[in-house]
Amino acid sequence: MAKTSADLRSPLSRARGLGSAKDGVHHFWVLRVAALALIPLALWFAFSVAMLAAGPADYYAVHYWVSAPSVAVVLVLFLATALYHSVLGLQEVIVDYAVGSLRLTLLLISKLLHAVIAAAAIFAVLKIALA
Amino acid sequence: MSTKTPAQSRPLSPFMLGQYYRFQWTSLLSFGHRITGVGLTIGSALLAVWLIAIAGGPQWYGAIAPHLHAWYGQVLLACWTWALMYHLCNGIRHLFWDIGRGFELKTAERSAWLVVIVSLILTAAVWAVAYVA
Repeated sequence: MAKTSADLRSPLSRARGLGSAKDGVHHFWVLRVAALALIPLALWFAFSVAMLAAGPADYYAVHYWVSAPSVAVVLVLFLATALYHSVLGLQEVIVDYAVGSLRLTLLLISKLLHAVIAAAAIFAVLKIALA
Repeated sequence: MSTKTPAQSRPLSPFMLGQYYRFQWTSLLSFGHRITGVGLTIGSALLAVWLIAIAGGPQWYGAIAPHLHAWYGQVLLACWTWALMYHLCNGIRHLFWDIGRGFELKTAERSAWLVVIVSLILTAAVWAVAYVA
């Protein structure tokens, strides 16, 4: 590519392609990889819970459903992928609408809450499945 | 050190709305994607509560189950189902844009309709499975 007079970036910077945020397109890319994985996972989750609700859906039925190894494994995959996609997506929303110290505060709160939700939800599934 | 730049007075999104952009059908889908996205984040916290209640035993589950069957719980679950299906369908639309397809104005407007219709069909299908199957 010919170097134009308007391009102020050094050849090394352009070759690395990491941009001003220093992580290149990583955030963009992993958000979409997670999105792709969530297409089958979210459809599975919605229709599985619907089938569960069609039955007796009391405590024992729900507990039995989660405790099946195939369900527990896919549920953990769904939770981890969904919360990863969620923390990346919410970060985009926060940096678009909040500035200064509010931006940093909201980003930190979002990361903390996502970590807590992911840990609690996945722990709950494992506790049910391994009980 | 550096002098203070007017960073704080820069316009912040969505400042283009109203004054500069006319209303477009496709913008509505774009807002919807963000709103349902944030909604689903909140929903994930409720999903965690549900799973913790199952792990906690019959008493814990019994504490939240009545809310799921109450009218407000059912309304929330219906909105949640649609938000998930809408975000999923419009997300697929975004993935097509990411590989450079569907940018034609006509195509974007048609795919917007398709997203709304398919998300409603999928929502109806989930509830049909829950109530009819």
